[in-house]
Amino acid sequence: MESKSGISTIAATTVTETQSDARLPANPPNNGEAYEILHSKSTLFYDEYSRKAEGKKQTHYCPGCGHGLVHKLIAEALQDLGEQDNTIFVSPVGCSVFAYYYFDVGNVQVAHGRAPASASAIKRSCPGRMVISYQGDGDLAAIGTAEIVHAANRGEKITVFFVNNGIYGMTGGQMAPTTMIGEKSTTSPWGRRPSNEGYPLHMAELLATLEAPIYIERVALSDGKNIMKARRAIRKALEVQRDGAGFSFVEILSPCPTIWGKDPVAARQWIADKIIPAFPLSVFRDHAPEALAVKEVEPPQRSVAEVLGIATSNDGDTTHRAEFDHRFEDVKIKIAGLGGQGVLLLGQLLIEMGMREGLEVNWLPSYGPEMRSGSAHCHVCLSREPIGSPLVSHPDVLVAMNEVSLRKFAHEVVRGGVILYNGAKLPENISIAHAQVVAIPASEIADKLGSTKVANIVMMGALLEETECLAAGTAWSVLQDKVKKLDLLELDRKALNAGRLFIDEHAHIGALDQPDGFA
Amino acid sequence: MRQLCKGNVALVKGAILAGCRGYYGYPITPASEIAEAAALYFPQIGGTFLQAESETAAINMVYGAAATGLRVMSGSSGPGLSLMQEGISYLAGAELPCVIVDVMRGGPGLGNIAPEQSDYFAMVKGGGHGNYRNLVLAPSSVQEMADLTILAFELADKYRNPAVILADGFVGQMMEPLDLEYREILQPEKPWAVKGTHETRGNLISSIFLESDGLEEHQRNMEAKYRRAQEAEPRYESCHIEDAEILLVGYGIVARILHSTVEALRKQGVKAGLFRPITLWPYPSKALVEAAANVEKVLVVELSNGQMVEDVRLALDGTVPVEFYGRGGGNVPSVKELQEQVLSQMAVRV
Repeated sequence: MESKSGISTIAATTVTETQSDARLPANPPNNGEAYEILHSKSTLFYDEYSRKAEGKKQTHYCPGCGHGLVHKLIAEALQDLGEQDNTIFVSPVGCSVFAYYYFDVGNVQVAHGRAPASASAIKRSCPGRMVISYQGDGDLAAIGTAEIVHAANRGEKITVFFVNNGIYGMTGGQMAPTTMIGEKSTTSPWGRRPSNEGYPLHMAELLATLEAPIYIERVALSDGKNIMKARRAIRKALEVQRDGAGFSFVEILSPCPTIWGKDPVAARQWIADKIIPAFPLSVFRDHAPEALAVKEVEPPQRSVAEVLGIATSNDGDTTHRAEFDHRFEDVKIKIAGLGGQGVLLLGQLLIEMGMREGLEVNWLPSYGPEMRSGSAHCHVCLSREPIGSPLVSHPDVLVAMNEVSLRKFAHEVVRGGVILYNGAKLPENISIAHAQVVAIPASEIADKLGSTKVANIVMMGALLEETECLAAGTAWSVLQDKVKKLDLLELDRKALNAGRLFIDEHAHIGALDQPDGFA
Repeated sequence: MRQLCKGNVALVKGAILAGCRGYYGYPITPASEIAEAAALYFPQIGGTFLQAESETAAINMVYGAAATGLRVMSGSSGPGLSLMQEGISYLAGAELPCVIVDVMRGGPGLGNIAPEQSDYFAMVKGGGHGNYRNLVLAPSSVQEMADLTILAFELADKYRNPAVILADGFVGQMMEPLDLEYREILQPEKPWAVKGTHETRGNLISSIFLESDGLEEHQRNMEAKYRRAQEAEPRYESCHIEDAEILLVGYGIVARILHSTVEALRKQGVKAGLFRPITLWPYPSKALVEAAANVEKVLVVELSNGQMVEDVRLALDGTVPVEFYGRGGGNVPSVKELQEQVLSQMAVRV
C-alpha cells in the first residue's frame, strides 16, 4: 500500500492505536529488535486538510473519537476498490458535518437528517457513481427517521454508514434516540426514562424488517477484533453498491470520549461492556439481489416531442377560423350537476370544439373534495378575443344536470340567457323569469338509448342546437377522436342527435330577449 | 401546434422542454396533476420521477439532484411549501439552481383547497431562515405555466438560485390551448457540480461557513447577484396605462380578472389601467412607478388579506394613494364586483 504523504496520522485515535492496522503482518516478527509502526494514510484523504485551515494535518475530531477511524476504514476501502474518482460523499449535520475536509472525492453537505433523501436523488442522477450517506444517530435515527426508512425501503443503491455513539456530540451532549435507558445527558438529567423518552431505537433491526435492503450489519469499534469486523463490513457494504445490488447499511457503535467523560481506552471498554449488550452485533441482512427480483412493467421510451404531444397535435391554426360563423363575441357557459354525470367532460368537449373552430377557450373546474362528495361544476368560455377572466360568474348558458344545480346557479344566468335543465319539466316552487329555460329529460333519453352515462352528450346536442355556438359537425369530429370504443361512440352519436332533435321538436318554449347570435 | 392542456400539466411540459429530467414531489391538491404528469412523462424520456415520503424529503432530493448539475424540480401547494422551506434555504445557501412550484390554496393551516394568493410572503419574502431570495414568477395562463417554467429554469441556472413558480389553484386547474414548440435545450456549463467524476472530484456543495467573515462574504456575494437580478430581470405587463386615472395592480389569475375589469370600465368611460407584475421577485418597482406616475389612485387586488400590496406601497413610497381589495378562502371576485370597487374608489377623489 502506497502512501502519498508517508507517516502521518488521520485522527488522534490512530495515534493511540497499536493493534489494528491490517496491513501489518498478523504476527510481526519479534526478534528482539524494536520495530516502527507505520500509519500510512489513504490516498483518498487530502494530503493537507486545507478546507479546515492552511497546513492542517490533524482532524477536527476529539481524541478517541470514532469518526476518525470510520473515515479511515471508508477511505481505505474506497481506495482499494479504485473508486476515488467515482465517489460522491454526502456529509450530514453533526460532528461529521466536516467530513468533506478529509475525503478527496465529490462532496455534498446536506441538511440535518436528510442525507438519505439527497443521496437517493444524487444516485438516481448519477447512477454509475458510488454514493455514500454518512450519518450520526441524531441525524439518522431522530430528525431523519423518515428519510432513512424510506430510502432503505425503496432499496436505493446507496451505502449508509450510521455512526451510533448514543449522544449528540456537536451540540454538547444531549440525549440521542439511541441513548441507553438510564444514561444521563444534558437533556435527560435523571437518566433516560422510558416513561418519558421511550426506548433506544435499534435502527439496524428496524431496517431489517424491510424487503428491499441487501445488506445490514451492526459492528462496533470496541477492540481490534471488532474493528477488523467493522473494516470488513464497510468494504462489503461498498461492494454491494459497486455491484449495483441495492441498499447497504452499516451501523457502527462508536466512542464519544469527550461527551461520555471517559478517556479513549475507557470509552472503548464502555462499548464492549455496556453498549454491545444493548445493541447486539450481527449481520441482520445479507441478501443476494436476485432474491428481490419482481417482474415489473418497464415504461416505454419515447421522444420528447411524442410525450409532449407536439407531434400529434391536431390544430396549428391560432387565428379565428372564417369557415365557422360565430355570431358572438364570447359565450360563457356553466355546467353543473352530480359527480359521475360527465359535467367536467362535457365542458372539456366544448372547449376542444371551440379550439378546433379557432376560438379562444377556457375551462375551469370545481376541483377537489367537492368533486368527490357529489356535486361538480365547470366554467367554459368561448371567445373570438383573448379571454380575460376565466371565471363565469354570470353565464350566458347554464347546463343544470340536476335540480340542486338549477336552484344553486339559475339566478346567476344573465338576463335573456339560456338554462338547459335535465328533467321532463321544471321542479315545483321555482320560477325563472329572467332567462329562457328548456327542460330536457336527458337522463331518460340517454337511458332509452342504452346508458344514462351519455346524458351529458344529449345535453351537448341540445346546447348546440339551442345556442348554435358551435357546429354539430365539430362535435362529431371531436367525439370520433376522443371516444375509442366503437359501441360507445355509436351511443354518443345517437345521444348527440337525440339532444338536437329534442330542441327542434320543442323549440317553441317562450324566450325573453335572446343574447346576440343565439337562435 | 395548439393542444388543450391543464395549467399544471402545461407546467410539466414546459419543464421537459427546458431540459428538466428530475422530479421529486409529494401529492397535494391543487398541485397533484404536476406530480402525475411528471410521473407519466419523465420515465419515458430518460428522466427520474420519485414520489417522496414527504415534501421535506422531496426538497432535499431536489437538493441532491441539483448538486449533480441536473435541471430538477418539485411542486406543491401551501402546506407542502411550508415543509420545504428548510430545504429552500439550504438550496439558496448552497447556490443550487432548481425550480419549485407553489400552486397556492387557502390557508393558514389546512385552510382549504380553493385558490388563494396568500403564500406571497412565504415565497417572495423568504419563509426559510437566513439571508436569501427566491426568483419568483407568477403565470396567469396555461401558456405561461409552460413559458415561465422554461424561463424559471434559465434564471435559476443564471443566478445559481432556486426559482419559484407562484401559481394559484385556478391557473393550475384550468384548461386552455397550449402552443409548444420543440427547441434545442441550451444549458450552461456547471463546473461547480458534483458528478462523481475525476474532473469534479474536488467540488463541494455546502451552505456552511463557520467563520464569521467567510459567511459574511458569502452573503455579500449572494446579495451582489440579487442586485444584478434586480437590474436585469423584472418583468411585467400593462395595458391602458397611458391615460389611466386609476391603476389596477394584480398578478396571476387576478390579473386576468382585472384585465376584463379594465375593459368593462373603459366601456363605461372610466379611465382604468392595468399593471401586472410577472416577476414578483425581483419586483418590477421601476416600471410600476412609471405606470403610476400620472394616476390618481392605485388599487391592488389580491386573493389574500394584503401581501403584495406592501411591495406596491414600497415601490410608490407614498407618491400615490394605494388602496387594497382582497378576497379569501377561495372566493374570487367577479368582474362586476371589481367594477363596483373601482367606481366606489373613484367616487372618493383625493
